[in-house]
Amino acid sequence: MSASSFIKNNGKILLASGLVAIGIFGPLVGLKSEQNMANELILVTRPELVAWIVLAVLAMVAAVLVVRSMRDAGKFDGGTKLLAPISNALAPAVRYLPGTGLALLIGFPLIIYYGLGAGMMPKWIDNFGILILIYVMLGWGLNIVVGLAGLLDLGYVAFYAIGSYAYALLSLHFGWSFWLCLPVAGILAAFWGILLGFPVLRLRGDYLAIVTLAFGEIIYLVAKNWSDFTGGGAGISAPRITFFGIKFDASPDGFAAWMTWLFTSISHTFGGGDVLVSPAPWYRTVFLYYVILALALLTAFVTTRLRRLPIGRAWEALREDEIACRSLGINTVSTKLTAFAVGAFFGGLAGAFFGARQGFVDPEGFKFIESAIILAIVVLGGMGSLIGVAIAAAALQGGTELLRELSFLKSIFGEDFKPELYRMLIFGLAMVLIMLWKPRGFVSTREPTAFLKERKSVSGSHVKEGHG
Amino acid sequence: MEYFLQQLINGITLGSIYGLIAIGYTMVFGIIGMVNFSHGDIFMVSAFVALIVFLVLTTWLGMASMFFALIIMLVVAMAVTGLWSWTIEKLAYRPLRGSFRLAPLISAIGMSLVLSNFVQVAQDPRNKPVPPMFTDVIQVVTSAEGFNTVLSYRQIAIVLITTLLLAAFWYVVQKTSLGRAQRACEQDRKMAALLGIDVDRTISATFVIGAALAAVAGCMYLMYYGVISYQDGFIPGVKAFTAAVLGGIGSLPGAVLGGLLIGLIETFFSGYFSLAYKDVAAFSILAVVLIFMPQGILGRPEVEKV
Repeated sequence: MSASSFIKNNGKILLASGLVAIGIFGPLVGLKSEQNMANELILVTRPELVAWIVLAVLAMVAAVLVVRSMRDAGKFDGGTKLLAPISNALAPAVRYLPGTGLALLIGFPLIIYYGLGAGMMPKWIDNFGILILIYVMLGWGLNIVVGLAGLLDLGYVAFYAIGSYAYALLSLHFGWSFWLCLPVAGILAAFWGILLGFPVLRLRGDYLAIVTLAFGEIIYLVAKNWSDFTGGGAGISAPRITFFGIKFDASPDGFAAWMTWLFTSISHTFGGGDVLVSPAPWYRTVFLYYVILALALLTAFVTTRLRRLPIGRAWEALREDEIACRSLGINTVSTKLTAFAVGAFFGGLAGAFFGARQGFVDPEGFKFIESAIILAIVVLGGMGSLIGVAIAAAALQGGTELLRELSFLKSIFGEDFKPELYRMLIFGLAMVLIMLWKPRGFVSTREPTAFLKERKSVSGSHVKEGHG
Repeated sequence: MEYFLQQLINGITLGSIYGLIAIGYTMVFGIIGMVNFSHGDIFMVSAFVALIVFLVLTTWLGMASMFFALIIMLVVAMAVTGLWSWTIEKLAYRPLRGSFRLAPLISAIGMSLVLSNFVQVAQDPRNKPVPPMFTDVIQVVTSAEGFNTVLSYRQIAIVLITTLLLAAFWYVVQKTSLGRAQRACEQDRKMAALLGIDVDRTISATFVIGAALAAVAGCMYLMYYGVISYQDGFIPGVKAFTAAVLGGIGSLPGAVLGGLLIGLIETFFSGYFSLAYKDVAAFSILAVVLIFMPQGILGRPEVEKV
């Protein structure tokens, strides 16, 4: 097909989309309101930026039109044939991914220590490893509610908040240690999950989503305003994590001194000399890393085990068709409540860990946007898929760090360009695109938990969903 | 008494804004059964469009007449916001009709993030203050203690414009063929399509009308509070949704009634109890209504069909 006939056939669509792009981007991008020195708003025009955006829109529309016309002519099958060798090559990689990933995660601090040196430990392990693992754990926790049971929870961050505050307040008022607070925080969060679950059980999917959103916002607002109890917007301090009671500091009974004593006594038993372990700030970081790794793995382990239990099967059945579930005699009340409680429990654990990591809890980390981010992780990763959720969490947090590193973009777009501001924009777009392209998420195959003779994965798109 | 009257005036003004946004939620829910999560951000976008039009008129063209400025702001904001909503419906929601249950809602949440962050990137994260408009007030009652109950021109303008637009909207829904098509689609989409109604076009029109009314609310919000930021879509959006649910989702008079009620409850709650917890009150109403009275005040009870 020649270019002129393409223009002739699709000129109207291109013209219309160009006009729409000018209409929606013109006022908001082309005219920017800025404050001048006198604190008055003035307008700055950016016509060239609008032109670029309109051109980009036109290019995208043209690409879609070309693909569509090729598909109509039977020349293009959506890239399936093109991508087949790639997906075939990836198949064994996907099989070994859990094992390799796990080994990498366990060895991660060592890799950083020997690869980049101790100086880079706080940055890479704390900003990267621990943060990603917190989101992985939250994603896996929410995955139980959204991915397995099909209950859209927009207020998951509330349980995270409850866990954090439970840890901070219990250790503040009763002096409980982290290891005692951790299960209590989880149980408290689970209790709140049940409390929330009870009244909202009768609600349909989207109503449920809105009520959980309201619940999440109420928890945030109470945490922010009830200053006597939660410290209000200023937050409260929480004790930092200890190595089972031994503090990570340079004091005589601190971690370094204790390790010195331990290694020296081991060394003496074998006839060696004194060993000195000098205090370093990254001991705590590494310890925190392994704690959150263990917690996240616990979440994954419990999820995979629960899926094979009757309750897990009931969750998935509930997700596929609630009415069919009820007619088969599944108790939907207890099924939904356990999903809420288990999901909330892990949210609470993650919250308590977050409090211990920060050494400080304030309400700003528990806004709706956090719930949206966790939901985005679960949705993008593929609802129900543990590996997918982990990859999405790594992509989200890693992507943010990566965006921060993309300083070369500044040379293209100017010094004011801050790539990290585009994070949520990109994630929102990704959420929409994933829904359009693969509504079941990236990793959308279903591993059956019960099977005859051989195990077969079922593509998520072949699973039909009933109403409920 | 004077204090009560003042709160009543403020509550009705706020309620008008919520009511206008709530109509968009209730119409979309009625016709395709979807919670249009990005509607609150559409409202925020409209307020930004109004802000930009206001700046064009005052700083570039030096327009002095606030009355005409407001009219132009309203018209442009309604047009641009309607176009936004039309585009979003076409790109992000229409392909998902018939997909699995939560897909449109998740897409709408994504769109909500896109809109608020797009505005943040395009227009700065800072609060945008505008000089006050229609600052004159009418003193309604002056009490012996010297407490003045005032009714500002702004509030009069808001209530007047809301009433006017609601009347126009009512006419469109009740008397025109578009309104008939809309009501038909709401009752039975398949049957309406069989009878020759262009369902896709009708749904598009519903989104555009909802967004245009939200744009009116956006202009009013900007005029009333004199400040807007990219985050300002979320809370009013959830409150307007609460209003739609309280009035009975799917019911248009219900949305207006719910909006007024939420506005009044919020104002009286912050006036008599606690300013800090006014949002908690609104969110609690949402939860309580959805749990105990899901059909709302004027809505029909939902019958689940197998």
